[in-house]
Amino acid sequence: MNMLVMLGFALVAAMGTAVVFTGEPERQAVTLSAYGLSLTVLFILVQAPDVALSQVAVGTAVVPLMVMLAVRKVRGRRE
Amino acid sequence: MSRRLRLVVFGLGVSGIGVVFVLAALLIPRFGGGDHPYRDLAVPAAVARSAPNVVSALNFDQRALDTLGEETILLASVVGAAALLRPTTSEHERSIVAEDRILSATTLLGYLLLPVTLLVGLDVVAHGHLTPGGGFQGGVVLATGLHLLYVAGSYSTLVRLRPLTWYGIAEALGAGAFAVLGVSGLVAAGGFLVNMLPYGRFGDLFSAGTVPLLNLAVGCEVASGVIVLLAQFLAQALTVRATR
Repeated sequence: MNMLVMLGFALVAAMGTAVVFTGEPERQAVTLSAYGLSLTVLFILVQAPDVALSQVAVGTAVVPLMVMLAVRKVRGRRE
Repeated sequence: MSRRLRLVVFGLGVSGIGVVFVLAALLIPRFGGGDHPYRDLAVPAAVARSAPNVVSALNFDQRALDTLGEETILLASVVGAAALLRPTTSEHERSIVAEDRILSATTLLGYLLLPVTLLVGLDVVAHGHLTPGGGFQGGVVLATGLHLLYVAGSYSTLVRLRPLTWYGIAEALGAGAFAVLGVSGLVAAGGFLVNMLPYGRFGDLFSAGTVPLLNLAVGCEVASGVIVLLAQFLAQALTVRATR
């Protein structure tokens, strides 16, 4: 395991922790997106570009968007 | 099912997976080592079928049946989510949506990136058997690319350019085309999802037999599926309101 891969793992662990410690759901959508990006970097470092492409499309775009829209719907209902 | 029975079923499943997982983890080749038995079998098989992107050759040729399963899971999830999120009898859909105020820089960037993203999506689908990517990745890129219209500030433009019925049909056609290609393999070569078309020259756009066709089917299904899925979320967040 080379230095870059170890850095990638450390980045993923740090971003994952950041997601867990983000309190409000709408902020969590943003940290989740950043976490998805760190996973993408890790996948590229371990030479898995196909998985990295899936991860960047689903993990940093579609899932956070769905979370944001769901939060917006829930907030709108409470008002 | 009672709570107790559910826990028993859950416990059986978890312990089974746990045992198999630990056994598998103990026996797999070491991480980062040079010993890759699966690679040594998969790469020559992919090269023999003129598919430079070995991952695509695995997904759409050597293990195409798995991909059919995954594609069906996606189809079922989209249908399930759409059924859950449809407006109920105590809700109605507002026709006029007050557009949010958007920075003009965001609008400009959205409209500039829209054609670029759609092109990249098409490229990733079309060259799935040659370069990293494929139907799934390209499909998601296409679907999210279309939603740059919403990010750029015009939900009404997005709704006008997105005839949902068509996307529903395209999703079903994409999923069906995969199964039809599988059955054609059964008829022409005696095995479900057998790669029965000519392999062509290594690296050509039209090569690797059925792999690019299956990529196209999956790209069509995934792009339409994600668009239909996000449409339900967008409608719920923006236009569906409880009837008082």
